[in-house]
Amino acid sequence: MAQTDAPVPGQPIKQTDGVAVMPTGGVLGREQEVATELSVFAQKKPRSLWGDAWRRLRKNKMAVVGAAIVIIFILLAAFAPLLAPYGQSEVVDVRLARFGPSWLWPMGLDENGRDIWSRLLYGAQVSLLVGVVSQVIVLAIGVPIGAIAGYYSGNVDNVLMRIVDVIYAVPQLLLVMIFLAKFGPGLLNIFLAIGLVSWVTVTRLVRGQFLTLRESEYVNAARICGASGSTIMFKHLLPNSMTPIIVSLTFGIPTAIFTEAALSFIGVGIMPPQASLGQMVGDASDPGLVQSYPHILLFPVLAIALIMLGFTFLGDGLRDALDVRGED
Amino acid sequence: MLRYIANRLFWFVPTILIITAIIFLLLKVTPGTGVMAKGAQQINPAAIKQLEHDYGLDKPLYEQFGLYIWHAIQGNFGTSFAFRPQTVSDIIARTFPISLKLGIYATVLAVVVGVALGVIAAVNQNGILDYFSVFLAILFYSLPNFVMGFVLILLFVVYLPKIGIDLHFNVGGLQSWKDWILPTIALAGSPLATIARFTRSSVIDVIRSDYVRTARAKGLNERQIVVRHVLKNSLIPVITLIGPIFAAVATGSFFVEAVFNIPGMGKYYVDSFVAKDQPMILAVTLIYAVILALMNVVVDVLYGFFDPRIRY
Repeated sequence: MAQTDAPVPGQPIKQTDGVAVMPTGGVLGREQEVATELSVFAQKKPRSLWGDAWRRLRKNKMAVVGAAIVIIFILLAAFAPLLAPYGQSEVVDVRLARFGPSWLWPMGLDENGRDIWSRLLYGAQVSLLVGVVSQVIVLAIGVPIGAIAGYYSGNVDNVLMRIVDVIYAVPQLLLVMIFLAKFGPGLLNIFLAIGLVSWVTVTRLVRGQFLTLRESEYVNAARICGASGSTIMFKHLLPNSMTPIIVSLTFGIPTAIFTEAALSFIGVGIMPPQASLGQMVGDASDPGLVQSYPHILLFPVLAIALIMLGFTFLGDGLRDALDVRGED
Repeated sequence: MLRYIANRLFWFVPTILIITAIIFLLLKVTPGTGVMAKGAQQINPAAIKQLEHDYGLDKPLYEQFGLYIWHAIQGNFGTSFAFRPQTVSDIIARTFPISLKLGIYATVLAVVVGVALGVIAAVNQNGILDYFSVFLAILFYSLPNFVMGFVLILLFVVYLPKIGIDLHFNVGGLQSWKDWILPTIALAGSPLATIARFTRSSVIDVIRSDYVRTARAKGLNERQIVVRHVLKNSLIPVITLIGPIFAAVATGSFFVEAVFNIPGMGKYYVDSFVAKDQPMILAVTLIYAVILALMNVVVDVLYGFFDPRIRY
């Protein structure tokens, strides 16, 4: 794919940062114009796809805000044991249950007298872990199967894709719930359930990419040179399919986080004493409790909302930034 | 066209059978989804044996599966484990209309507001209204429906009344027409955003086309161009969204119904998971799978109907 922007004669050079250099024929003489163009090249290092994407991402305000939110949550989760004054299910004082926000407990205490701020930190840990680990599983299953189906096509493709179709036909949330009903709740099972169910999206994506790319000339050239199937798949086709995979991952993470939160909210996900944001929302959602002690519900709801916003903003920006055909 | 529909419907049956078989197997070959909850299982082995016999759980698997399909075709999905002696069909007959009503409200809201938002954004491309619509869409898109539900509750039921703006919403189930408003918004949120984003990019594509330039050259005013020429063609790709939107509304209803205490099918479905109520899980999952698969066929057919360029 085009990774360098060679200037087309007569066309304005597309510029990413600073002022756009437009070869304005009337004002500058032709030689000066060429000199300006050349000086641009002298100053610039060759631009890579990732460099371009990074530059475009930085210009997107929403993406920057999203990235900031995500980084803050990652830091909070990573240093949870240091930042949390209490353990994730440690009861501060039962007699002070439902105590509102105060200097001592910035987010107040929950219905069992546990510190909400501490539980929030550990809950964020669970959310991010689910987001990342489930996507690792998705990659580990989805990419090879999609690669094999797309590269070999024919009967192999047919069989694999029919399996994918069946899994795809049922809403993923239903399958995850059934998996958990079978194997029981818990963090490990949530990783597995989400991973084992949502690989089909990536598989379809990789297969589609491989189907188009395998007909391209450079793959033909590699084949003529005697490259083996696996070399072509992993050295030539996979690197050129990276951008759609990354984009699908950035949307897979918030989807997985949502799934965990939703499952824990209805009581089939993370089980106490382990804390999870969804579970905190579920515990606090009793109508009687909400009216009189909204702080118990407010903070976990805000936390989930922020995490989801952060990842979606970032994912959206990343998709625009990586889209090579995108209009700036 | 007719041949295409017939072909799609022909493949519909085996797809559903395979899905049923998978879900059936997943649920049957497992401990813990028996007639009793785990703790209660020690009570009386003989009584449990009797119960299992009544439910036909002692027969070989293939026989159970065959019987299940045979009964399901006749509309009999067995008796619920958790809500004995009610049959699954009874529960569904009672709760499905509520979920359907909520689903229809949410779909209508999502389509009307989503299309409007998308068109407004596209017509004012890169203007303030565009940024506002895009921001609103991404906000709705990223908030999971149950979080959205609680945000609405905190806002309209808890905090706004505190500062004197009391719209008298309550969350104790469905008593008056007003109680439908917040659940509908919560359920419509993410499909609405999807429709808005899709419509926006589709309208922008069409606005740049030659025939719109011609319409402009003829001297038609902007309003006529958008309503008569742009909208019709740009809505064709949006039709493909009906399937995913329906899936979002259907699965979203589990959580929204739980948040707002709505006695619909979604809430019972969720409860049946917590109670490991196997017949309920199986039946409701099947209903969702059948409806969704059917919707996909309908969408494909509709697509060909609205876009004459597509031939089957």
